[in-house]
Order: sequence, then structure tokens, then C-alpha cells
Amino acid sequence: MDNVLQFLLPNVSQVMDEFYLSIIQTLQMVFVSGVISFVLSLIIGIVLISTRKGGILANSFVFNLFDKLINLFRSIPFIILIAALIPLTRLISGTAVGVQGTLFPLIVGITPFFSRQIESALSEVDDGLIESGIAMGLSSFQIIVSVYLKEGISSIVRVTTITVISLIGLTAIVGVVGGGGIGDFAIRYGYQQNQLDATYVSIIVLLIFVSIVQILGTFISKKTTH
Amino acid sequence: MTSEIIRTEHVVKTFTVDKKAHSVLKDVNLSIETGEIFGIIGYSGAGKSTLVRCFNGIEKANEGSIFFEGQNIVGLKSRELRAIRRKIGMIFQQFNLMPSRTVFGNIALPLKHSGLSKQQINKRITELLELVDLPDKRDAYPSQLSGGQKQRVAIARALVNHPKILLCDEATSALDPKTTKSILYLLKKLNKELGLTIVVITHEMSVVKEICQKVSVLDKGKIIEHGDVYSVFSNPQQELTRSFIETTSALGSVKALIETQSPVVQLQPGQLLLKISYTTSSVSEPLISYISRTFHVDANIVFGDIQILSGNPLGGLIVILSGQKSAIDRALEYVKQRHVAVEVLNHG
Repeated sequence: MDNVLQFLLPNVSQVMDEFYLSIIQTLQMVFVSGVISFVLSLIIGIVLISTRKGGILANSFVFNLFDKLINLFRSIPFIILIAALIPLTRLISGTAVGVQGTLFPLIVGITPFFSRQIESALSEVDDGLIESGIAMGLSSFQIIVSVYLKEGISSIVRVTTITVISLIGLTAIVGVVGGGGIGDFAIRYGYQQNQLDATYVSIIVLLIFVSIVQILGTFISKKTTH
Repeated sequence: MTSEIIRTEHVVKTFTVDKKAHSVLKDVNLSIETGEIFGIIGYSGAGKSTLVRCFNGIEKANEGSIFFEGQNIVGLKSRELRAIRRKIGMIFQQFNLMPSRTVFGNIALPLKHSGLSKQQINKRITELLELVDLPDKRDAYPSQLSGGQKQRVAIARALVNHPKILLCDEATSALDPKTTKSILYLLKKLNKELGLTIVVITHEMSVVKEICQKVSVLDKGKIIEHGDVYSVFSNPQQELTRSFIETTSALGSVKALIETQSPVVQLQPGQLLLKISYTTSSVSEPLISYISRTFHVDANIVFGDIQILSGNPLGGLIVILSGQKSAIDRALEYVKQRHVAVEVLNHG
């Protein structure tokens, strides 16, 4: 087994510990920033959908504020955003490097995209359902929870899958600026030291991650559709 | 003793699209009494859906007053409005059932935070499923139901809070004729057994004819004709009302027959093509056989359409009269005296 590994991955097999650590770091980054961003995006998505024109709490000021903020952040390329956020990251996380230093930029980077995705998922909920919720005498809060979220679950799962896959991509980018993880591993060994096997093995790991997320997402989305 | 459940006074509703104002309701005044089935008919764009949404405050009237059980709901705070909405059931053309909930979950939805115990909710839903005749569909999802079954679930959901009134917005327009009949029958039953007031919004005169006692004809945001269904049907005052009524009667097709010069309405010289319309119970008299015997004219009934509406016959016959000119004139004179409307459609 060790011989096969050495034959297939002559360079990586020398730094297996580091390789395993990078996998764990990627998982940590995706999981922690994903969960925090999910909560934030759900809130922002709900704010957008309820304050939009004709929404249940229509308010053009609030809507425009969030709408423009999202556009602003989405227009900044992620790698530049990381650099721009460094002072703020230090302030919040105490450091701008390592997994701890990547979480804040990852959250800021993915949340605008995620919020848009949630907004579009919620807007798939038929207006007729919202109207019948109003006609029943439900409050705005009840409509959000019992109609938008409940009826939007399948779409929310679908857009979360897309977003997590994008997030995995972003974690590879933060690697470049000292974040650790698979991306960092691939750049340091595969690119800078020209060890091609490190690049390929990183691709395979990411491919496995993305596949698992996609399969899981499709499965849950199907389960929640009646 | 009847009492008013809904009254609107000078209701005006204007939508602003791209800074241009479109007035959808212009001075709508109507009164709906407890226990009746009230039809509001109009073509699409007449404002009928907007009007019915003003009744429960989903749309806010810009001007005027809407009284629900004597309380003006225009300008109410949203909390008060929600309390009113629980007393007003509503069903829709597209049913609007929540796809992710079972039949039980859908009917139970309006009971959120009602303070009822699980057992009470269970009991109420069992009652309602019996009422709408779907006792075995409790755990089905909407996607597993037919259109008619979905509308029955929607009706059960609308009734769960014991509303005083049920608003039906084109509730049968997405259903086939047979299912439409069964839903209308159910509505009639609910009206009778529960004393439920029902407001029916539709563009189909047949629906009004089937279940309504009163009808208002809405055109371009105004009520152009109003009354009990029989008098509106038997004596329509407005062109639009007449066109609605023709959609339910075979008599309307005679015009097309004349225009296309169909052989069934081809006349010999001296013959007359008549439309004889019954507007009161006079249909029971042997009119045709009497005039042919008495005035020696031949009456050939081309076709007829007589329906029973609110217990009274309504409709008429298309007849070709032939005979001596003087005899025909006397026959026509007699018919007119019998309070039967005669319209000469064509001369031979």
C-alpha cells in the first residue's frame, strides 16, 4: 500500500500529514463559514423578498439598501476583497492568516452571492400561496416561516448546494494568501515546487467534495419535494 | 329578518404602474346580505378580483368605505385586519394549497396560534373532511389530488375558522364542467346547512345561474346592473348583461344561423321568423297550439331553450309562423297581450 502510494504520488507521499491537515482545514473553512453565511443569507434573503415592491413588508428604502450593498460586494473580485478586508479581519479574528483568518473574508465573500440565491429561491414560492396566507389571517412572521421558508425548502436546498460548491472554490483562493487548506497545498507544492502529483491529488479531493455536496443536495431537495 | 354582512360605499381603487394611474374600481356600491349567494360577474379586467380582495383587505381601497358586519375595514391596522380575515374564508382559481403540506397540514394552517389543542384541531379537521366529502384524503399531498379535490381541500381550509362568509375568486374556472357542477353543489350545500354567505366572482354566467340568488354585473370598475338573478336574466337592461346571458342560452345562436343563411331559418314568402321569450310563468299556457287553432296559422318551432331559474321558467322559442298576413298579425297581437315578448327576427 505504501509502495503504491509512493509510486503514484512520489511527492505528496512525503508530506502526507500536511496533506491530511489541508483537507481538514478546507472542511473547517467550508463548514464554519458556510453555516454562518447560511444564517446571514437567509436573513438577508428574507429581508429582500419581504421588502421588495409588492412584498409583504414592502419598504423601498430597506430593499434598496440591501440590494445596493449586495451589488457592491459582488462586484469586487474575491482576491481583492481579501486584501481589502485585511485590517478588518485582524480586528475581528485577531489574525489574517490561517483558518481563523480566512473565515471573515470567506463569509463576506460568499454571503452576497448566497443572499441573492436565497432571494431567488424564495421568489419561486408562488405569489398565490402568499396571498392565501394573507387571506387566512396569518401575520407577516407566520407567512415567512410557514409559507416562504416551508414551501421554499426544496429551492433553498438547491441554491445552498450551488453556493457550497462556490464556497469550496473560494477556500482554494484564500489559500493563496496564507489561509491553508487544499488550495494552499496545491499552490505551494503543485505550483511553486512544480510537483504535478500534488496538483492532481488536490483536484481529486475537491472533485470528491463537490460530488458529495451535489449528491447530498439533490437527495435532500428531492426528499423535500412533494 | 336578514342583515347586511358586507356593504361597500363609493369604493375607488387605483393602481399606479410606471407613474400612470389606472383606476380599477370606480365608485362601487353594493350590499350583500347574510345567508345569500351573491354573484359578481364581469369579463377579465372588469375589476372583480380586485373588488373581492378589498372585502378582506388584501387590496386597500383608496377611497370609500367597506363595512364588514357594520365595521368599516378601510384604514384598519394590520392586527385588526387579520382578526377580520379569520372571519372571512377565501378560495381561489388556482386553489393555492401548500404543496409541501398534506391535506391535514393545509387545513390546519389557519389554526396556527389559535390556541386549540391537538385533539380539537384533529376533531375539527375530521369534521371538515367529512363536510367536503374527502374523509380518506387526510394524509395525501396536494400533488396527489385532482383539481376538484384540491378545491374541496381549499374550501375546508377556508372554513376551518368558522367564517361567516366565503369569497370565491373564479373558484371553478380551472375545473371541467362536471367538477364545476360538483363544487357548485357543495357550495350550495354549505350555504344551506351552515347558513354561510357566499360571494362568487366569475366570468361564467352559467355559474351565476346555477347557484346565485343575487347578481351584480361589473364592467370597467362599475356596477352596471344589479338585482336578483331571475329579474336580471329575464329582463337585462344592459348590452353587456345581455351578452352574458346569451352565453348560457341556445337562443343566442339564432343570429348566427340567420347570418350564415342556414336552411333551418330559410323563410318562404309571407313567413315570419319570431323569437318568443317567456319572462313570467306564462309558459305554462298552451300558447303555440292556441294561436295555431284560433288564428289558423302554422307555427313551426325551429328550436327552443327554456330553463328553470329560481323556480321560474326562463327562455323562449324560435318559431316560423306562416299563414294569411291578417291572421299572422292577429296572432302576434294576441301573443303580445299575453305578456310574452315577441321579436320578429326576419321576414320571408
